[in-house]
Amino acid sequence: MEQLKKSLSKTRSGIAGLDEITGGGLPTGRPTLICGAAGCGKTLFSLEFIVKGALEFDEPGVFMAFEEKAEELAINVASLGFDLDRLQRDKKIKVDYVHVERSEIEETGEYDLDGLFIRLGYAIDSIKAKRVVLDTIENLFTGLSNMAILRAELRRLFQWLKEKGVTAIITGEKGEGFLTRQGLEEYVSDCVILLDHRVINQISTRLLRIVKYRGSVHGTNEYPFLIDEQGISVLPITALRLEHPVSSERVSSGVESLDQMLEGRGFFRGSSILVSGTAGTGKTSIAAYFANETSKRKERCLYFAFEESPQQIIRNMRSIGIDLQQHIDNGYLQFNASRPTLNGLEMHLLTIHKMVKRFKPSAIILDPITNLITVGSVSEVKGMLIRLIDFLQAEQVTVMFTALTLNTVVNEQTDEGVSSLVDAWLLVRDIENNGERNRGMYIMKSRGMRHSNQVREFVISDDGVQLVDVYLGPEGVLTGSAREAQQLMEETGVVLRTHAVTRKDKEIERKRNVLQAKIESLKEEFESVTDELNKSYIEEELRKEVMEKNREELIKKRHDGNSNGSGK
Amino acid sequence: MEIVTDPESKTESMNEEKYELRLYVAGKTSKSVAAISNLNKLCEEHLKGKYVIEVIDLLVQPQLAEGDQIFAIPTLVKKVPEPIRKIIGDLSNEEKVLVGLNIRPAKQ
Repeated sequence: MEQLKKSLSKTRSGIAGLDEITGGGLPTGRPTLICGAAGCGKTLFSLEFIVKGALEFDEPGVFMAFEEKAEELAINVASLGFDLDRLQRDKKIKVDYVHVERSEIEETGEYDLDGLFIRLGYAIDSIKAKRVVLDTIENLFTGLSNMAILRAELRRLFQWLKEKGVTAIITGEKGEGFLTRQGLEEYVSDCVILLDHRVINQISTRLLRIVKYRGSVHGTNEYPFLIDEQGISVLPITALRLEHPVSSERVSSGVESLDQMLEGRGFFRGSSILVSGTAGTGKTSIAAYFANETSKRKERCLYFAFEESPQQIIRNMRSIGIDLQQHIDNGYLQFNASRPTLNGLEMHLLTIHKMVKRFKPSAIILDPITNLITVGSVSEVKGMLIRLIDFLQAEQVTVMFTALTLNTVVNEQTDEGVSSLVDAWLLVRDIENNGERNRGMYIMKSRGMRHSNQVREFVISDDGVQLVDVYLGPEGVLTGSAREAQQLMEETGVVLRTHAVTRKDKEIERKRNVLQAKIESLKEEFESVTDELNKSYIEEELRKEVMEKNREELIKKRHDGNSNGSGK
Repeated sequence: MEIVTDPESKTESMNEEKYELRLYVAGKTSKSVAAISNLNKLCEEHLKGKYVIEVIDLLVQPQLAEGDQIFAIPTLVKKVPEPIRKIIGDLSNEEKVLVGLNIRPAKQ
């Protein structure tokens, strides 16, 4: 294992992105071939390798130029901020221009390229160089006619470079059917990088591919790269692994009723959100709400506008009750407006990268991504967005894209094919009914949460954005004034019902009263009957009592009379 | 740096320019040795009295290689008269050397 590691030791090129693709850089102590057509950036590539080596890794380098003079080179790279003259004075870099001019040269008899070896060896030794560039050694072939000698000598040169232990870049012009015109790939077999420059739809894209890297794993794709004022940056299309840190923290969308549809808590932090819809459905409003909410939380938000100017957006959003200007003044919101056609996709991607690195936002908005199609094919835009999402997720930045769908029929396959990439997809669509156009919104997907499956009516008023429940009636989904009419009708019904209820209540009350009265009279009747019955009973009793008494009286009287009669 | 000068050069006519020749070699390789002897022989035959030869060994003075744009060894550089010409190789083909040095016009 140790031995293996040793044999694969790599030298960091210092070129942004390249070291990621190659898994650490170029093979140390070996020559690397960089080939490509004219103007694809070979010289710049190799020069940056030398300059970065000198500046960042403390590895001095020799640049042996066969095409351009040292002064020309210095001027060409001054625009990148490389001060070649100074680096040469500081003995960090040595530029040696080898002039090969056929008209000045006559060949006779045997020769070798020892002169070149000596020159290179002298240059390497004089600054203790670790890096060497030969740009473009094929020029020797135009100046010399003895191919047999040249080929033998080149083989010897590359061998010699290996013995010297310098990490070398050899550049070669692309040839017909071969990687290089003179078949240099035959000699340099450790690492071959192919540069390409394609112009599609008037917009140029530079591409880099590692054709071969002996003894090392490497990315095999074509990677777009850029040359700008900071040199070369290579952008890997996809990170090699899907290993982003994920957050379960939620961020509000800024629209309360939308949050309600997302378990009441909004989106995941660091997720990607796509808002798609036809023209004029309020995509930008949703985006502005999100920006507003992010800034209100005192988090930074970066807004890339590809359609409207910042002033336009600020003015328009003021009409629905959000003031973005205050956030700009506070430094929480930053706009970056540019026409998509300003530059190629890669440049846009790089701009976004750079802005994100500088501004460190917690959310960014791209409004709309659809316009990017004008500068690239669908697959290119998709590729770019994959890389963007990868990058943003690694940085834990929440991203909201808006996309325009051109057909009114909802087509799940449009939207730049990014719908499968994003974590949440909101769809805003027109619902035409009863001679008016209303906006309906629903959540197509939202990974990792129980989201509402309902269509909501999306109302934009002076007070802002709101999501209202649509009315589901026998005639289907009702929105707009139809919904309002339905709501009014329902209210009327409620009033009528309430009224009816009160009337019934009163009737019951009355009936109760009547019954109550009846009960009272019956009670009294009963009492009088009872009284009547009681009366006759008592009379009977009384009569009985009296009769008894009378009889007793009579008996007594009779007894008394007997005694009296006898006595008289 | 060894300088070989033809002792009789002063006596030659003055209307002809003097040839200043520099021969770059690297050590005493067979090609270098052949080139030196070929050059001496050729100059004696065709440029008698009007040439200066400077032999530079790049193993000793590597810093001189850049100035004259040397990449092949051996290289003969004709500085004067103008135009500057370079002849690389061991100078074994006398005809080519003479043409290269503009001593003899190229064959039609």
